Amino acid sequence: MSEQKRTVAIHVPVLTRVEGEGALDLRIENGEITELRLRIFEPPRFFEKFLEGRSHTEIPDMVARICGICPVAYQVTAAQALEKLFGVEIDPWARAMRRVFYCGEWIQSHSLHIHLLAAPDFFGCNSAIALARIAPDEVRRGLRIQALGNELMELFGARSVHPVGIRIGGFHGAPALSKINAIRDKLRAALPEAEALIRWAASIPVPQDDQGFISVAMQHPTDYAIETGAIGVSDGLRIEADAFDVHFAERHEPHSTALFSTYHQQSYLVGPLARLNLNHACLPEQIKALLAESGLALPSRNLFHSLVARAVEILLALHEALRLLDAYRMPDSPWVLVTPRAGVATGCTEAPRGLLWHRYEMDDDGCVVNARIVPPTSQNQGRIEEDLRLSLLNLGLDHPDDALRLHCEKVIRNYDPCISCATHFLRMNVERT
Amino acid sequence: MNATLKKTDKPRVAVHKFSSCDGCQLAFLNLGEDLLALAERVDLVHFAEAGQLDPDTEVDVAFVEGSVTTPEDIERIRQIRQHSRMLIAIGACATAGGIQALRNSANGADWVAQIYAHPEAIASLGHSTPISSHVKVDFELWGCPVSGPQVLMVVNSLLHGVAPRDNADKVCTECKRKGYPCVMVSRGVPCMGPATRAGCGALCPSLGRDCYGCYGPAENANTDALAAQFGSLGLTPQAIVRRFLSINSQAPVFLSAADKTRMRGHE
Repeated sequence: MSEQKRTVAIHVPVLTRVEGEGALDLRIENGEITELRLRIFEPPRFFEKFLEGRSHTEIPDMVARICGICPVAYQVTAAQALEKLFGVEIDPWARAMRRVFYCGEWIQSHSLHIHLLAAPDFFGCNSAIALARIAPDEVRRGLRIQALGNELMELFGARSVHPVGIRIGGFHGAPALSKINAIRDKLRAALPEAEALIRWAASIPVPQDDQGFISVAMQHPTDYAIETGAIGVSDGLRIEADAFDVHFAERHEPHSTALFSTYHQQSYLVGPLARLNLNHACLPEQIKALLAESGLALPSRNLFHSLVARAVEILLALHEALRLLDAYRMPDSPWVLVTPRAGVATGCTEAPRGLLWHRYEMDDDGCVVNARIVPPTSQNQGRIEEDLRLSLLNLGLDHPDDALRLHCEKVIRNYDPCISCATHFLRMNVERT
Repeated sequence: MNATLKKTDKPRVAVHKFSSCDGCQLAFLNLGEDLLALAERVDLVHFAEAGQLDPDTEVDVAFVEGSVTTPEDIERIRQIRQHSRMLIAIGACATAGGIQALRNSANGADWVAQIYAHPEAIASLGHSTPISSHVKVDFELWGCPVSGPQVLMVVNSLLHGVAPRDNADKVCTECKRKGYPCVMVSRGVPCMGPATRAGCGALCPSLGRDCYGCYGPAENANTDALAAQFGSLGLTPQAIVRRFLSINSQAPVFLSAADKTRMRGHE
């Protein structure tokens, strides 16, 4: 900090505990923010290009590799889009088990984020390992819940990172009843742990940071939307996946290797808080009661409620998995035969981090002509930058650099950005004049 | 393989990331409560995703995930090598360039221009290459992704002062041990198992499906015979090429099998 009128450039390695490579540029001149950019420079991996020419049978295994933390989201979205194009009605068993499989990913990803990535911030720790020294029971509980999510994914996918169970038309195999019964016991035992997690998450003091923003999430008439539903917007718009392009646009900014998405030229929020804002009425009554007890009023205008939102969705996913597995029966066949046809396939699901949209143009042989994938983090990118600006102003710019940096980190981690991998960490350059 | 660690009080360990999906780091982050046990036995001094940031510190063991895809990556992996007594490459990206190495056979610059409105702002090498193309690697753990037990096996070996075991046998041996019916023999499903490295535990055949080679080539893989078998099961030459060119497309054994298949297809 300097009181002289000169530019101060501080190179501070900032964001650990995110997935991917980016940087934050913050410039403050005469007490005003003159530059604030989340720069993402994850090297491009060109997935959309090398999917071209690939058979539909290869797509689930390939798109999984986009993200090690949410491969199921990519696999299910692709499979459902192609099944719709090919006119395939999958078995009700497969439909239900896709949701259970997806619940496993929500549980795993959300618990990883809460405990390993986000919570240490609120306890003055730099890692979950350090946090475990002051909150050992809470961290261990979180790691157990995360492990249960992984186990649920392994049940259908044989492994939780890049699972191998999904195929176009259903699943490759069906788990035996004995395995289902064993995991039902574990899911039931985890319910009180997840309830305690919500109470703990709600007890963590967070900044009061009131902001206006648009929430976008899938919506379903009766269920809390995960893998099926229409796209809903907090301004009342409701569209099917194939109309996404009409209302949402992507643009490339030179400071990022991820594309920015906008809704009618505005930034918007996807992810747990957007979902909770739009779909809290679909939650089971017990969870609604817990929410009321926590004091969280919905819709929320404070992104710092994302932590509680993830905890709520963990409990929801446990409930849903248990409900569907209680009705488990062995299917006649875990998959139906598909006959490819040419055309355009679109589809979307709610990845742990938010809306994930796919579009495939397929040829007569069932091979990809071209592909487009819009992941949640590029949709949130514009909103993150807007949030950082508003949140810093709410906080006050006269705080020391370290406090500003930590605040920015917390804000960014609220979105659990999956800058989807690449090299090092975020760097922040603070320049003051 | 000459990779051992002197018995010291608590080895200093770093986990680095290059171009990848983050999935191999999850071998650590998905350990559950074992993660806390691991943190008791080794000093995790750099692991950005877990919150530890000290990339240039001296370490006993550096685990490296991901492939080299930018000019900056080349400089960074050299730095890491200088600061690390032992460097272990984990996962298909680090050992073979990963799925993103599919660009190596295409024109990367064209692809950038087709995707990005400001291609000049994208720093990307034409090729995605494994860590061993740039620095000496002491041990390679293949797999997309590597699993928690695989990584713990390496850590435990090192803690006991012995070289980690390198299982380059074929997936077929795992199927036989577990008693899974052969999907290729019994149902005629074209399976990469006979040419693919063991280590996953034959996960795909456990679900009744074909192995798709995500652990890379096994030692002494007879890819000629496998390609011929695929042909007799009805795969076109293009489909056979795609089988070899997938997750580990730049592994030399798979790359040359694909080239040979292409040449035969033109005969």
